Amino acid sequence: MTTKMMGAKVQRVEDDRLVRGTGRYVDDVAPDALHTAVLRSPHAHARILSIDVDAVLDVEGVHAVWTYDDLEGAMAEPLPLLIPHPTLTHGRTQYALAKDEVNYVGEAIAFVVADDRYVAEDALARIAVEYELLPAVVGIEAARDGAHLVHDDVPGNVGARMEQSNGDAAAAIAAAPRTLSLDLQIERSACMPMEGRGTVARWDPDQNRLQVWTSTQTSTGVRAAVAAKLGLDLGQVDVITPDVGGGFGVKIVHPWPEELLVPLAAQKLGRAVKFTEDRREHFISSAHERAQVHHVEVGFDDDGRVLGLDVRFWHDHGAYTPYGLIVPIITSTQLLGPYKPGAYHVQFDSLYTNTVIVTPYRGAGRPQGCFVMERTMDAIAAELGKDRADVRAINFIQPDEFPYEQGLIFQDGRELTYDSGDYPAMLDKIKELVDWDGFESFRAAKAAEGKRVGLGLACYVEGTGVGPYEGAHVHIETSGKVKVATGLTSQGQGHQTAFAQIVADELGVRFEDVEITTGDTRRMAYAVGTFASRAAVMSGSAIHLAAKRTKEKALRIAADALEADVDDLEIVDGVVSVKGTDSSIPLGTIAVLSNPLRYAFDEASKAATQFNVGDPTKPPVAEDDEPGLEGTDFYSPPRSTFASGMHAVIVETDVETAEIRILKYAVVHDCGHLINPMIVEGQIHGGVAQGIGGALYERMAYDESGQLLNASFMDFLMPYVTEVPASIEIDHLETPSPLNPLGIKGAGEAGVIPGSAAFAAAIEDAERLPITAMPISPSELFALRAAHAQESK
Amino acid sequence: MKPAPFDYVRPGTLEEALQALAGHPEAKVLAGGQSLVPLLSMRLAAPAVLVDINELPDLDHVRVDAEGVRVGALARHARVLADADVARVQPLVTKALANVAHATIRNRGTTVGSLVHADAAAEMPMVLQLLGGSVDVVGPAGRRTIPVEELYVGPLESSLHHDEIAVEAFFPALAADTGVAFEEIARRHGDYAMCGVAAVVTVDGDRVVAAKAGYLSVSDIPAVVDLTEALGGELRDASLARAAEAALAVLEPETDIHATADYRAHLATVLTARVVTAAYEDARTRAGGSK
Amino acid sequence: MSENQHEIRLTVNGTDHDVAVPARRLLSDALRHDLGFTGTHVGCEHGVCGACTVLVDGQPMRSCLMFAVSAAGHDITTVEGLARPDGELGPVQQAFRECHGLQCGFCTPGFLTTITAGIAENPEPTEDEARDMIAGNLCRCTGYQNIVKAVCRAAELARDDRAPEGGAA
Repeated sequence: MTTKMMGAKVQRVEDDRLVRGTGRYVDDVAPDALHTAVLRSPHAHARILSIDVDAVLDVEGVHAVWTYDDLEGAMAEPLPLLIPHPTLTHGRTQYALAKDEVNYVGEAIAFVVADDRYVAEDALARIAVEYELLPAVVGIEAARDGAHLVHDDVPGNVGARMEQSNGDAAAAIAAAPRTLSLDLQIERSACMPMEGRGTVARWDPDQNRLQVWTSTQTSTGVRAAVAAKLGLDLGQVDVITPDVGGGFGVKIVHPWPEELLVPLAAQKLGRAVKFTEDRREHFISSAHERAQVHHVEVGFDDDGRVLGLDVRFWHDHGAYTPYGLIVPIITSTQLLGPYKPGAYHVQFDSLYTNTVIVTPYRGAGRPQGCFVMERTMDAIAAELGKDRADVRAINFIQPDEFPYEQGLIFQDGRELTYDSGDYPAMLDKIKELVDWDGFESFRAAKAAEGKRVGLGLACYVEGTGVGPYEGAHVHIETSGKVKVATGLTSQGQGHQTAFAQIVADELGVRFEDVEITTGDTRRMAYAVGTFASRAAVMSGSAIHLAAKRTKEKALRIAADALEADVDDLEIVDGVVSVKGTDSSIPLGTIAVLSNPLRYAFDEASKAATQFNVGDPTKPPVAEDDEPGLEGTDFYSPPRSTFASGMHAVIVETDVETAEIRILKYAVVHDCGHLINPMIVEGQIHGGVAQGIGGALYERMAYDESGQLLNASFMDFLMPYVTEVPASIEIDHLETPSPLNPLGIKGAGEAGVIPGSAAFAAAIEDAERLPITAMPISPSELFALRAAHAQESK
Repeated sequence: MKPAPFDYVRPGTLEEALQALAGHPEAKVLAGGQSLVPLLSMRLAAPAVLVDINELPDLDHVRVDAEGVRVGALARHARVLADADVARVQPLVTKALANVAHATIRNRGTTVGSLVHADAAAEMPMVLQLLGGSVDVVGPAGRRTIPVEELYVGPLESSLHHDEIAVEAFFPALAADTGVAFEEIARRHGDYAMCGVAAVVTVDGDRVVAAKAGYLSVSDIPAVVDLTEALGGELRDASLARAAEAALAVLEPETDIHATADYRAHLATVLTARVVTAAYEDARTRAGGSK
Repeated sequence: MSENQHEIRLTVNGTDHDVAVPARRLLSDALRHDLGFTGTHVGCEHGVCGACTVLVDGQPMRSCLMFAVSAAGHDITTVEGLARPDGELGPVQQAFRECHGLQCGFCTPGFLTTITAGIAENPEPTEDEARDMIAGNLCRCTGYQNIVKAVCRAAELARDDRAPEGGAA
């Protein structure tokens, strides 16, 4: 039986262990490990005058307590600035343990290793730190003001200023028949995976080797960082990413202080050591995202065609810049979405504040860019009295214009060139899905009941599958089972299933016989990581190529064994046969033949003796060959592939209480060819829920002294089932990418991107008052109503 | 987030429990623990001793008679919520309990525990206050009844003595010709309300002869306002507005990260009208039904 | 000074385990670290997320809001106890797999235990009742759409289980 697996709603192989409770997350491994806790700064900005750990030393069960003074060599240097950029003129990173100064509430100061976490926390309470308080810089306004500095040697708190242009936007705006300006802002939120950060390390003195399990989005990155910081050879360090309880971006950051301190402690103490972050720590010492303030100038014609667009924005990157400028660069480039303004200029300042660091969170700058662009489109439509969908349509890149060059440089340092898409067709689909044309009669019917409803639309384009590369190794064992390794990690995306589908199709083996390993540096040492919606595109393509290589070898050996022509062979359910004959050989047997050993271990080896392969006058392993039925290959695309989507939402805003209810949520999504539609739809569902959270519920509430007021699930309001709509309507468009062999594009982040833009539009449509800042709560909508009523008087 | 060390006793009798409390000035009673354990884990509280009363006999009762509802110290919210007699004799208890946190929390959390935790943002203290109930406590000097007017003395502070254990709460039965209603508005379902209102309205035919409302999250201690005079016997837009004004004169809403004081006051106004109206309809139905 | 240890017996998935714990040991930690039931996950340790939900005498409770010492003498069911006696997936587990009700799987054990009790109490939940059943559990991956479907599917599977063999009356 050969059913094509690609495109099928295949149930996940991951699920059996996960629903039984036998998955292995990082806190589940090494039950014998010592536990750790970190003393964190209670102040947003302070000089450390002294640290006294004496009272800890006699706590029973404490094995080590370290401060900065205990660190040596590379460990005493600042953490790496992972992604430098020429415009990041004032990049700064923290130390593994604070040296002299702390710059946010939550910054690591001291590290305790103890019998268990309870004792470790007891010890923290006994560490005495003397601080000299410094003024805290909190929020973009305070950062721009520059009256106080986060880092003494960074004038104006400006870490980077970056500018890009395509054409002369200022001239185009000046010459445009109509102009508008808008001020738009988005607040801080965070990824907030259900599992926090965690690292376990074990030093093996017999092998002089370090083994690290960590809840990361890049095991190869952590490996390189740990080796460099601990002064070990790369070959002495293995990093294994077990099951990961969600990432959403935050776990791409590496190395976290604990990711270095735990291995160091394991090495020094000769014991397994574990760090399991608790929820409060995750709030104050991992990473946030989203806070930006934007000013837009736009010039357009009477049809709504954008002639010139100038965007200036300010990005709050927190206290340090370990992940460079990725987020604001993405905002500045992906803001353009499916549109082609006549000219574009963008400039941003990336600013220091005394708050938790900012690194990519699902969407990574795109939700802000989408919000800015889509608010601009709505403002143009309102100004002209035109249909909001029509204004978008007139600005779309047309299907015959691909590849389309936006004339900018993307976050990967490559030209921002869209590979494929069909935005007009997508708009038709979303209008139909949400009944765009029927909305006014729906509104009238609701108004007759005394209810207020609004409709919002938001469109985006997302660069996915960024390089540089991923690789894969495919190995067919003599049992016929196929073992596949790729280096990037998994955090719930179902890679073990989707990648096995690709292999089953390419190799002609049973899906059940394929086993995928991700994120284990012992199995694949070359890899980048799981971020930027790149896993399916990058590793999916690499696995396809590696499977193809393996298949070629299998067919070559089979042709020899069966005395047939390669072109006459087919592989079905793991058996190679000469088409139309009884002549066949299982892949497992080919695996035996591929490895000319002296010894027969099993039935497969014995079965192989009936076949003769190779030329007895030549070496058993030919010069250009290797033993084993294996294939390794890498996929490295010239540039990103561009997925796209449109969301529409209908809300009701309660006339009395200003509560915001979702009546309908519709999604049209184009990620090229779908590997597993069930998984893609699951990704969209989750993204939409995070978009709802970001638009209506979630924010990081800092006070002016830099204390995070809502560092708990009580007060950081992630949606429960009761906050998401009962149904999310989804339709797909499949414009394949020409850049990879499977025609796929990334799907992981998409669902979250247009959330704030769509809700802002819908609330504005319901309320007839401008929505310029997100998220929005009922209390804020109530205040806006009051202010608007005041103005209208 | 792990608790600081404490000593633990799990007495088998009330007497032992009282002795344990008496012996340790920094002891605390552990019943459901759904509010206490997070405070311990965050190390916002660090009692020297926990007296776990969960195995004490004869305290998990829910008794209902014509006078009202008596809830033992170990009766879980879920049990009280599911009791059909409670809903019959004092439906406000049931309506309010359905809004207490989430079902899983209600499976462990106790109603009496919530009452003596004295949180003005929690449903049950306000309901007890509105209904004029009481809490029975046992201490070294024996058993005494604390009427609710004397129970709530400050923010998160009850008049229970340190060495006393609350053993039972009493919610008076719904009076004749009387109806109740409850509504709260929270950011998410199951969260602490930004504002919540409960009302008890007594009618004589079409006329309102008595009306009281209780308020959540808009005062430091559970707040109840008598609206009888403001309503002037009838429910019209104007009288409901007067009732809300009367309530706001007493309430002290504050701004926090979820809602401004103005918005909370607005919700109190909106909910006063909604809930008083619903309680009135409930009273009319009950009065009509009993004739 | 070393902390006083309490010798307790915890009954987990029908088996007794004798263990010595300090009074402050959370039930979640005792299950995970003392007894090795690592299927119970810890997501917030303040009772909001529901990942650590286990059944105590059949009722869903937050194991992060209970001390192990308080759980002594009660029947505890964790996710590891939800499979059928023959080792096949139980109805709620099977429904989650069929309906793609999980992604990263971290919150999943708390949902599975909660729903197991929920459909025992209400064997034929409507979609609204299904939503209500899981209203106290956070999931960051799925947007809950498929979890709600899984609740209904689990109820269906459990009903099939209870139906007499071969469907004969």
